[in-house]
Amino acid sequence: MTTLSLRELPAGHCGTIVRIDAGIELSARMRALGLLPGRRVKVIRSSPFRGPIQVRAGQTDLIIRRGEAAAIQLLPCKPEVACSP
Amino acid sequence: MSKRIALVGMPNTGKSTLFNRLTGAGARVGNWPGLTVELLSAKVLLGDSMLELVDLPGLHNLHGFSEDERVARHFIETQSLNGMLVVLNTTQLERQLALVLQLKSLGLPMLLALNMADEAQNRGIRIDVAVLEQRLGMPVRLISAKLGRGVPELKQTLGDWLRAHPKPMQASTGVLAEDDVIEITVEELIGKSFHIPISLSPTRTDRIDHYLLHPWLGIPLFLLLMLGVFQAVYGLGVPLQDGLAWLLGEARTLWLTPLLAGLPAWARSFLLEGLYDGVGTVMSFLPIIVVFFLAMAVVEDSGYLARAAFLMDALMSRLGLDGRAFVMQLMGFGCNVPAMMGTRVIRSHTQRIAAMMMIPFSLCSARLQVFLFFTSAVFSPRAAPWVLFSLYVMSFFLAFFTAWMMRGHTRRSVDPLLMELPPYRLPTLAALARQSLRESGHFLRQAGGFIILGVALVWFLTHFPLDAAPAGPATLAGHLADWMKPIFTPLGIDQLLSIALLFGFVAKEVVIGSLAVIYGAGGDQLAGILAHRLDWVQAYSFMLFTLVYTPCVSALATLRRESGSSRAMWASIAWSLSLAWVLSFAFYQGARALL
Ligand SMILES: Nc1nc2c(ncn2[C@@H]2O[C@H](COP(=O)(O)OP(=O)(O)OP(=O)(O)O)[C@@H](O)[C@H]2O)c(=O)[nH]1
Ligand SMILES: [Mg+2]
Repeated sequence: MTTLSLRELPAGHCGTIVRIDAGIELSARMRALGLLPGRRVKVIRSSPFRGPIQVRAGQTDLIIRRGEAAAIQLLPCKPEVACSP
Repeated sequence: MSKRIALVGMPNTGKSTLFNRLTGAGARVGNWPGLTVELLSAKVLLGDSMLELVDLPGLHNLHGFSEDERVARHFIETQSLNGMLVVLNTTQLERQLALVLQLKSLGLPMLLALNMADEAQNRGIRIDVAVLEQRLGMPVRLISAKLGRGVPELKQTLGDWLRAHPKPMQASTGVLAEDDVIEITVEELIGKSFHIPISLSPTRTDRIDHYLLHPWLGIPLFLLLMLGVFQAVYGLGVPLQDGLAWLLGEARTLWLTPLLAGLPAWARSFLLEGLYDGVGTVMSFLPIIVVFFLAMAVVEDSGYLARAAFLMDALMSRLGLDGRAFVMQLMGFGCNVPAMMGTRVIRSHTQRIAAMMMIPFSLCSARLQVFLFFTSAVFSPRAAPWVLFSLYVMSFFLAFFTAWMMRGHTRRSVDPLLMELPPYRLPTLAALARQSLRESGHFLRQAGGFIILGVALVWFLTHFPLDAAPAGPATLAGHLADWMKPIFTPLGIDQLLSIALLFGFVAKEVVIGSLAVIYGAGGDQLAGILAHRLDWVQAYSFMLFTLVYTPCVSALATLRRESGSSRAMWASIAWSLSLAWVLSFAFYQGARALL
């Protein structure tokens, strides 16, 4: 399977994080908000005019800019795997 | 001996709510991660000993990188404490537990409060408290700080726990446990103690967000919501204000005037036309201030602010800032000072400065009083709300313009926007009541303090020497106004109004009070005089100048303190004053030329 970045994942789809290519500070903040390798995330929607995207990691909804989302590499879930809402 | 514990936890987990519950204090609460940016402490009698509780800003982890996080970390690491009361959001235990394990390495006694148990229950989440207690080696209690559930039991535990840890101690700033090790432990603990239902149905928040965050409905709905809030405040507040102004006027003629009849003329003038009219006219705004801050509290507690950040981030990023700066701009509508402090969540220093330079243009509640008075005095009842609304539009426009001017600096610094989008919540009635009580207390203290002082000073300036005609050219105020004339005449602002502006530099609440003293009339009478003396072009020019020329002395002091240098403050003063003059000039001369 090929990996995608969180930025490329379309709304409504989910994936499992495999790698985060960010500095120490940013990846620590991501970790604190529930974005870390092994966790599954789902893209809920993106905001207009190429603004940030809303993602769901576990029980937490997050706002993340596309630039930062590009640093998160994930393995998309198979289409037949239903993502929780 | 007095004991001290700190409330520690991630942002938006309900620390301030619990703090208020335990101490009865009035810390600000809101559904926005990073609302608390400063330490707040209060004492409470627990059992037989005094306990000092300290509410801290939220912490994401102990690597902390924004200003508010640094405040919290610094406190924990430098003060001696009897322990930490850690507050977590139960529904998000799977990501918040890691913080507990990190905090353990500080070696302080810990007590864990799993907050928002009500939300966890609604989502069908079950927690095995006994397993957590045993594995973490600390007392764990499920509570709902908002509804008060489990709080008496928590207090009980707190008392016992303090007896077990009577000695305050210093945190050991040794090595943090490895993140990976923590992660494995969390993984295992969650598996044993945290049970979520397999299929979660869409929540109420999801259904509301479907519309409010809709790709193309979102922004129009935002504007509509703002207009709705504005109309609600206006529609409810203005009649209440009129009522109070009428009451104060009646009290003056029926009761106060006969009472003071025996005094010498100058004393009567000082007490009636100085203090009573001045302070009374300001006081008549109390109801609208309460209504306004209630509306703000509902918006802040709803969780919509984080949505506003989401929707407006694209625009703000083109101005070199992010959605959080926009939210602070909205918070500034209440008061600019806390909004400036709220920029502490922004990590990049240049972006913080830029955000703080925008906030002074936020039309705060003090300026709202001036505009309400002027619009209802000079414009027809139908036009008045729209004129006021145009000033809000102007306020946004100037803030954006300021950010745009600074974009060269801000764009070079990067600051990731990565934040929680909390679920929608409703404030409790008790919380709203507390909020309105706090705001009216604040307003009354101001009216009793520097507003009295300002009004008395204006009376002195406009009545000295005593034999001159009040506020005439021979008085001190007359000389002062004469001196400022070249600046204000091109703006259509007459001499008496310029005196009020001079005092408004200190705080906008004084403007209406000084006008009452200058014209020797309060409330409705003053409105009548203004309507008679000013046409709408002059009135609007005055309001434009008031909006832009500078917020108040305390906002400037905050700007200096928060930016760490006087440069930003002086830059802000120079920028606001020149912008105000140019705008009023352009408007006044343009309108005169066209009409
Ligand atoms: N449903 C529910 N909501 C709660 C509870 N406790 C707090 N809240 C809400 O959660 C939001 C955040 O509360 P705060 O007390 O401001 O949180 P905080 O931890 O002080 O946040 P920061 O100061 O930003 O770190 C507010 O909207 C509260 O009304 C609770 O027990 N249940
Ligand atoms: Mg707080």
